[in-house]
Amino acid sequence: MIELHHISKSFKVARRSSGIANAFKSLFSREYTTVQALDDISFTIKSGEIVGYIGPNGAGKSTTIKIMSGILVPDGGECRIMGYTPWRDRATYVRHIGVVFGQRTQLWWDVPVIDSFELLRDIYKVPPQEYRRNLEHLTETLELSNLLRTPVRQLSLGQRMRCEIAASLLHNPDILFLDEPTIGLDAVSKLAVRQFIRTINEERGVTVILTTHDMHDIEALANRIIMIGRGKLLVDGKLSDLRSRFGSQKTITIDFRSSQDEPASVASVRELPGIQVLSMANERAVLLVDTDQTNISDVLGQVSNLLEVVDVSITSQPIEEIVLNLYKEHQL
Amino acid sequence: MNTGKEKPQSAQSSQVQHANDGPPRTHTAINRPPRNLKRYVSVFRIRLTYSLQYRTAALAGVATQFFWGFVLIMVYTAFYSASSSDPSISLPQLVTYVWLQQSFLAFVMLWFRDDELFRLITTGNIAYELCRPGDLYGFWYAKLLAQRMASALLRCFPIMIVASLLPQPYRMMLPASLVSAGLFIIALLLGLLVLVAISMFIYISVFYTMSPYGSLLMFTVIGEFLAGLIIPVPLMPDWLQDIVYLFPFGWTADFPFRVYAGHFGHTEALFGIMSQLIWLVALVTLGRQAMKKALRRVVVQGG
Repeated sequence: MIELHHISKSFKVARRSSGIANAFKSLFSREYTTVQALDDISFTIKSGEIVGYIGPNGAGKSTTIKIMSGILVPDGGECRIMGYTPWRDRATYVRHIGVVFGQRTQLWWDVPVIDSFELLRDIYKVPPQEYRRNLEHLTETLELSNLLRTPVRQLSLGQRMRCEIAASLLHNPDILFLDEPTIGLDAVSKLAVRQFIRTINEERGVTVILTTHDMHDIEALANRIIMIGRGKLLVDGKLSDLRSRFGSQKTITIDFRSSQDEPASVASVRELPGIQVLSMANERAVLLVDTDQTNISDVLGQVSNLLEVVDVSITSQPIEEIVLNLYKEHQL
Repeated sequence: MNTGKEKPQSAQSSQVQHANDGPPRTHTAINRPPRNLKRYVSVFRIRLTYSLQYRTAALAGVATQFFWGFVLIMVYTAFYSASSSDPSISLPQLVTYVWLQQSFLAFVMLWFRDDELFRLITTGNIAYELCRPGDLYGFWYAKLLAQRMASALLRCFPIMIVASLLPQPYRMMLPASLVSAGLFIIALLLGLLVLVAISMFIYISVFYTMSPYGSLLMFTVIGEFLAGLIIPVPLMPDWLQDIVYLFPFGWTADFPFRVYAGHFGHTEALFGIMSQLIWLVALVTLGRQAMKKALRRVVVQGG
């Protein structure tokens, strides 16, 4: 459905050093440096997938989204999406996609949300029945009924984002590009947005490409991630593969009751094979377990023989850390 | 819409092989021309309702325009009473000319700007506009037109009504004749269309300069002088008047007002309306070309 082959894009950036003298100098001659925003990016995305597109700031995520949505023309390479070349067939192509730029707004600031929706209906020429059906469905799933008559400037960020997402789906797109849809949202709004993205993917079969810095988004939504850094494609694979490659470690936090022979038992806990004690103080022990070497139940059994355990929690390595490891591995 | 239109101009030669395997056309049935205008009308409508909200601004505008009108008329009255030669336009005609300028300020002033469009370009919000089907030139044209219409609708009636009730020499005349009135309305609206077409170039130039005020300043200083907004064109020396009408600006502001005042005869007015039409077609064609070129090199600002 989406194919990118060897896409490259570079920008010319004017540079000068600080200070008035340099500012004056730049009036006459400017130095430009070329920034390679995208360098030979290729991937294929099948219909119905949710793909998390990640990378540090300035990696080229937004540039890729802009090329895929027909806004920017790449310097080289090919891109075919649903049989179209986005920037060449822009006017026809864009009816099939919806785009949300988390940091921008597509709604008219001073008029009620519904007015913006009706404008989009006319711009995309959505047939009246289809529009009504979509609006009803979106209003229900995103809980917009109280927001539609409110001017956009009076909405909270979370409310506005829900409206933004609804706005980009009024014309039934087959592909949805989300550029940081959860930026700045509180936990409740994030959950609502994630839930909704999953719903439209499952119910309508919308293909979703999502960029984000919030790894929980990825964890909750994407079964595949594509990671880029400095314009190069670094990883393209399943989240679970990535986890098994980097995520064999679990953290166990144990609360225990102190007793008289505590020093001795603490010492024996430290001796247990396959674990690493991260901290041990104030009736709490934090252990790092490598599940390749030992398994969780063994560790728990041994520890409970030694200590009077009150509470236990087990967490897998957060995906942030996996991604940080990846960044490190690729020296970003 | 038609996909063939944009293909030949694309810069990427590596894609040429794909140009002919036509994309799936699932939506062709609803793309017939008659409905194409609707989306621009919708943009026009929302912008109009949006702008009509600003009543207080309009009230303040009306007051300012009255102030300016009185100042200008006082100055011209003084000039006329001291003048030894016979001016080419009579004082009552000139007074009417001034009041019309003030009433339809939004139709004639180049500095009347849409900051939202500027912000769109300089902050990169244009990204959204670019992923809509349809023609960006058309959308922006509709927006600018609506904004000016709304502003004029709110301001012109109070000014015209009060000005036509004022004592002499401040009173605004009625149109010279019914035909003049009709011709005036046509000329005024065509003038508005020409002006919006001119102002589109300001917005397009911002793609290159990234500085709305620089672009605006260049256009307004030259444009408003040539439109007779600083010195009414009929009071300019003949050689300058000839130069003024080599440019489109005079057709936006000066010409319709002189039709109203009866300073131009009916045949002259009809001839002028033809010229307006020619300018309109030329400016829109040029503007669309320029916009297409600007968009190809567009850099969406701010990540």
